[in-house]
Order: sequence, then structure tokens, then C-alpha cells
Amino acid sequence: MTLLDQFQLLLKAENWPDWAVYLTPAVAGILLIIVFILTIVIVFIWWERRLLGRFQLRTGPNRCGPEGIFQPIATAIKILLKEDIVPEKADKLIHFMAPVIVFVPILLIFAVIPISEGAILVDLNVGIIYVIAISSISVIGIFMAAWASNNKYSLIAGMRAIAQMVSYEIPVVLSLVGVALVAGSFSMIKIVEAQAIPYVLLQPLGFMIFFLGCLAEMNRCPFDLLEADSEIVAGYHIEYSGMKFAMFYLGEYGIALAYAGVIATLFLGGWQGPLLPPIIWFLIKVFGIFSVIVWMRATLPRLRVDQLMSFAWKFLLPMAVINMLIIAIEVLVGTMQWLMIILNFGLAALLILLWSRLFTLGGGRVEV
Amino acid sequence: MKFERYGLGIAKGMALTFEHLFRSPITVQYPDEKLVTSKRIRGNELVWFPDKCTGCATCAKSCPQANIIISTHRGDESKFVVDKFEIDTGRCIFCGLCVESCPYDALAMGLSYECAKYRRSDLVMNKEKLAVSADHQPSAYFRPQFDNKLPEQSLLLYDKKVGGQKLSFIPLSKRKRGPGA
Repeated sequence: MTLLDQFQLLLKAENWPDWAVYLTPAVAGILLIIVFILTIVIVFIWWERRLLGRFQLRTGPNRCGPEGIFQPIATAIKILLKEDIVPEKADKLIHFMAPVIVFVPILLIFAVIPISEGAILVDLNVGIIYVIAISSISVIGIFMAAWASNNKYSLIAGMRAIAQMVSYEIPVVLSLVGVALVAGSFSMIKIVEAQAIPYVLLQPLGFMIFFLGCLAEMNRCPFDLLEADSEIVAGYHIEYSGMKFAMFYLGEYGIALAYAGVIATLFLGGWQGPLLPPIIWFLIKVFGIFSVIVWMRATLPRLRVDQLMSFAWKFLLPMAVINMLIIAIEVLVGTMQWLMIILNFGLAALLILLWSRLFTLGGGRVEV
Repeated sequence: MKFERYGLGIAKGMALTFEHLFRSPITVQYPDEKLVTSKRIRGNELVWFPDKCTGCATCAKSCPQANIIISTHRGDESKFVVDKFEIDTGRCIFCGLCVESCPYDALAMGLSYECAKYRRSDLVMNKEKLAVSADHQPSAYFRPQFDNKLPEQSLLLYDKKVGGQKLSFIPLSKRKRGPGA
């Protein structure tokens, strides 16, 4: 039973009118989750800039507030005060709707991410499927923005976004099947409760595939082809300014937070952990994942379009299918968990080695 | 079998960037920290040696902006005494022709690079402002004889709160994380 359900029962016991009993917890929960998201996103923006600065031997923003913590707020105020420019030849309605369609599904993902024990908006019994379905909607918003801007660079970015999302969705979904098989449920809360041993240890290959797929879906380095500044300026949001640009910007970090939350929930044991309170553990895991993403951004160069596509179809997809089969057989046979850890780490190393030999580009030379 | 092709290369790269986290930043937080500049910087100011100057006005003739005002009178032993020596740094293009043309090495380029002022009248440098003094030293640019008098290149820390007070010098090689870092 979630905290909101308990709140509802409490109100019912206090003899509140029926409509208030249903409305009050819902509004309170939604407000709480939005405040939570916006706060963490602001900290994320600051953390990424500082951490990336340290990776590049800079200090990052450090003027505004202690250690520059208020810099994202200053940036937000600056962006909101800017003029909202709409190109003359733009498709005005779609241009207006695109940022909303990008941003709202990202907020919806948080409905099923358990932040702490019972701290979840709705405990859907199809939590994973809901996440997969909702998170794919933002690509429509991205393509709407790209199309409506009437700009060649943004259209290229839109095409890339569609190709990237369609390709990487498949390995991501297939790698999640392994999680659902071991946990025996699609519900996020049941999956967390099933993780006495975090699933990153039980299925390292699945974690790797899911993590890389998520990187591609949240358009982060090294898969940030659709906002590649050096080739297509800013990609799909090139013609956006002011409030609408702020929505894209928030959405970019919001989806990073959402996927970090999903990864933490599905593979790292969610809120579970010794000593510290559950919410702190959840935040530690989310920030750890985000730091790794920033670390990858500081290290890896951007892939080419053909490398990106072949990586999804020739490498991640077969690996995801094989991973699913292995997990299914292990669950069917009823393997002990410690045996599963050893077996899966060995198999993951072996599979990556073997498949890398097959996976070649450019006349047999490994290029990716 | 080269393992670089099977993911080890990426791991190596990640390890390399991770090491960078523990190095000190190389950027200088400018108003709080200032670099003591190189001895051979060609700064944006002119330093005048009143002892060496004979008032010959070669500098004024060489100035492409006609920017140097110099007026003299005859003093003891019929030597020129400089009454007025003014350079408007707002008009100066810092070409250094006056420095090059001076037959007695009485002009030199200085060390400073901060020459913004609040008023135009402050930009006009008179005799007192141009003359060499403790904090108005010539640089060793084309004047190697000044080299040993100047401080080594190092990092100068200023206190943020106590209006730009000089705190300490740190050699660049021993620099740890600065105050704004």
C-alpha cells in the first residue's frame, strides 16, 4: 500500500467529503513529485556543469551562491525573460505544442518510480511496460519540433531522433524482460522488493544493454547525434527560445533523472540499502548513475550515424535476445542466485568478446 | 588478440579522464586570483625614466597618433628640462614606436594589462604617472637588463572579502585548489 493510499484512508476516516478524499491526495502527490523533479533537475544541471568542469581541469560555475549552486536558477530566469521567437515560416501550432509533448511524458514516468518505500504515485502492476510506453512519446514531440521549425538542421536532427529511438527501444525492452523474469512481476515496487541482490550483479549483460540503450534514448554522449553542436548547431531545438527552450532544456535533464531513477529501481535495488534512510539511498544511486553519464560525456567521442545504427542492430539487439534466453533458461531451471552471478558474469564477458569479433565495420576492421 | 577492440580501449579512456578529477584546475579565477605575469610581457602601458630623458622629443616625432605632448626649457649646462610629458592612453595604439625610437632608452613598455578607467581624463598619463616607481616597473620585453629585478611568474591570490587585498604568492607548480575552486 502506497503512502497516498494511506493518506486517502486517513481522510476517509476523518469523514471528509468523497470528492475531497480522492482529490486531495492526488493533488498533494502530484505537487510533491513535481517539486521533487524540479529540485533534482536544478541540482543535476549544476552537478553536470561542475563535474564536467573538473573532468576538463576547469572549476565550472562558482560565482552564483555557494559553489555556484544558484547558477541554474539564474540561467532559468535569464531564459524565461528572453523573447519568444517563432520563425515566420514555422508551423505555429505544432511549434507551440512540441515542447509540451516532449516535457509532459517525462513527468508521467515519475508516477511509477518508487522514491522510497511506498512513496510512489501509483503502484501499477504493469510498471515497466508503462515506463516503456510513456518514455517513447517524447520522440514525437522532438520530431514535431524538428518539423515545425522549418529548418534543415532541425529536420536532420528529427530524422536522427526517430531512427535512434526506434532502434534503441528494442534492445531496451528486451533487456527488461530479464528483470521481469527474475522478479516475477512488472510492478516497480515488487521488483525492488525482489532485489535482495541487486540485479546489476545477477544480469550484468542486461544492465549494460539497458544502460547504453537509455543513454541513446536520453540523447546523451556518446549518442547525442541529434543535438550535435558541431554538425547541426543545436539540433531539434535550434529555432526555440525563451520559455519553450526552457521546456526542452528541463526535459533533457528530466529524462536523464527519469532513466537514472528507472535504472536505480530495476538494477541497483531502488531505495534499498543499509543504515541510511531509503530516500537518501535512492538519491545516492540516481546521482551515481548521472555521474557515470557525465563521466562518459567527458570521455567518449560522438558516434557516426551508421556506427550508431549498427551498434543497436548488430550488437545490442542480438545480445539482448541471447541475454533474455539465458535468463529465461536460468529461471526455468531454478538456478541458485550465487551461481547465477558467476555464470552471468562469465557469459557476459564471453559474449561481448565473441560478438565483438563478428561485429565489424569497414572491411573487417573493428571500428566501433 | 587485442583487447583494446573489445571494450578495454574505452575502459582505458575512462580511467584517464577519471584521473583528471584529482588534478587541480588550471584556470585562474581572475578577480580573486591574478597571475604575476611573465617578465617579458609587452604590457599596455609605458614607463618613463626621467633621469635618462634628454627631452629630445624623438618619441613625439615617431608617434603615429601624434599623441605624445612634450615641452621643455633650457636648464643648467644648457640641458633640456622636461616641463610636460603627456600621453593620452585612450588614443595610444601601443605600437611601441616611441620606445623603439628613443635614442637614450628612456621609455619602455610596462607590465600592466589592466588599463580600464572610469573617466576619459584618467586615461591621460602625465609625468608623475608615467615615471618609473615601485609599482610601475618596465617589463623585460626587449630590455633584458630589467630581467633580474622582476618577480617570477606565479599565482597571486587576492582576498575576496577584504577589498582585493594581496594575500599570498604561490608558485604555479605548487598550486592546489584556489579559493574559488
